[in-house]
Amino acid sequence: MDAAAIAALAEPQRRAVYEHVAAAGAPVSRNAVADALEIGRTLAAHHLDRLAEAGLLEVSFARVNGRSGPGSGRPSKLYRRTAAEHGLSLPPRDYRTLATVFADAIEEAGVEPALFEAARRQGERHRKDDLPPEELLRRLGYEPYEDGDVWRLRNCPFDGVARTHAALVCGANLALLEGALDGVRIDPRPVGCCVTVRRSVPGTINNEDRF
Amino acid sequence: MTFHLAQLNIGRTVGPKDDPRMAGFYGDLDRINALADGWPGFVWRLVDETGADATSLRPFGGDVIVNLTVWEDLESLREFTFRSGHLDVLRRRREWFVPLGDVYAVNWWIPAGHTPTVDEAGKRLDLLRRNGSSPEAFTFRDPFPAA
Repeated sequence: MDAAAIAALAEPQRRAVYEHVAAAGAPVSRNAVADALEIGRTLAAHHLDRLAEAGLLEVSFARVNGRSGPGSGRPSKLYRRTAAEHGLSLPPRDYRTLATVFADAIEEAGVEPALFEAARRQGERHRKDDLPPEELLRRLGYEPYEDGDVWRLRNCPFDGVARTHAALVCGANLALLEGALDGVRIDPRPVGCCVTVRRSVPGTINNEDRF
Repeated sequence: MTFHLAQLNIGRTVGPKDDPRMAGFYGDLDRINALADGWPGFVWRLVDETGADATSLRPFGGDVIVNLTVWEDLESLREFTFRSGHLDVLRRRREWFVPLGDVYAVNWWIPAGHTPTVDEAGKRLDLLRRNGSSPEAFTFRDPFPAA
């Protein structure tokens, strides 16, 4: 099942379609994908439907122009990334079960401060790479996007364990990012990672960076 | 019949209310309670005679404070707990609370309009501790739907 889903991404253009939809943050239409990738509408529809069949995208219908009632036309087919996780590990690996067991033990022992300290040290290792924040966040799987003067993070790389151990995982995640970057804050939203990272806006001098 | 969700959680504090180590917790309590009171799906929370919070009530022991609330559904409580400013309090809990060494939180369904008592809440916590998650007393991790 997962192998078939992942195989659907082997075709480079289809993978570009998938990445465009995943980065959009809201359901997108065939036309929007065709325009963004500069491909034909029929080809865009083909890729989108293959990705939906593979379980990587899900489909909804809505009128994109906001009109309704007679004469407003047929609703558009819209696509967005499914919440389902797909992974393939050969030989089989299962770090999630292990992480859940670790989280249970940390909670029972009450050693969260040790966890957060370890996470901070893990984050500090990334500082040596000296990457721009956006690039580092992208590489770590957070899918950053601009929102005013901060980066918000569309994806939680630890979502599976965060759902059962939010206090631990969100705390460790915050500490990890504080170790790696400046201007990191916790600001929970209904979806996505609870952390924001301050953007350094070109042409301005940030006092926190100077002192 | 409409059901609401009742939730009890208890915590053993690292010191009494005037202990400097507790200042961060008590200093933020009014803000967090106000956030809960205004959260979509919030129904009720236990308060003592001050009317502000329940921190003077000690039904589970001298250093164990109690938080008893009612919500329209599990999702509302989950959103408040993990997707609001409350998350940061949860993240920092070990600064203020020592490990209890036992189950410290329980959820159960009540008929809408019923106000749970501390006694009833304690019995649900005992049930969960004895039997694990069940329709009568369940965890966030292994929830059960309303009957």
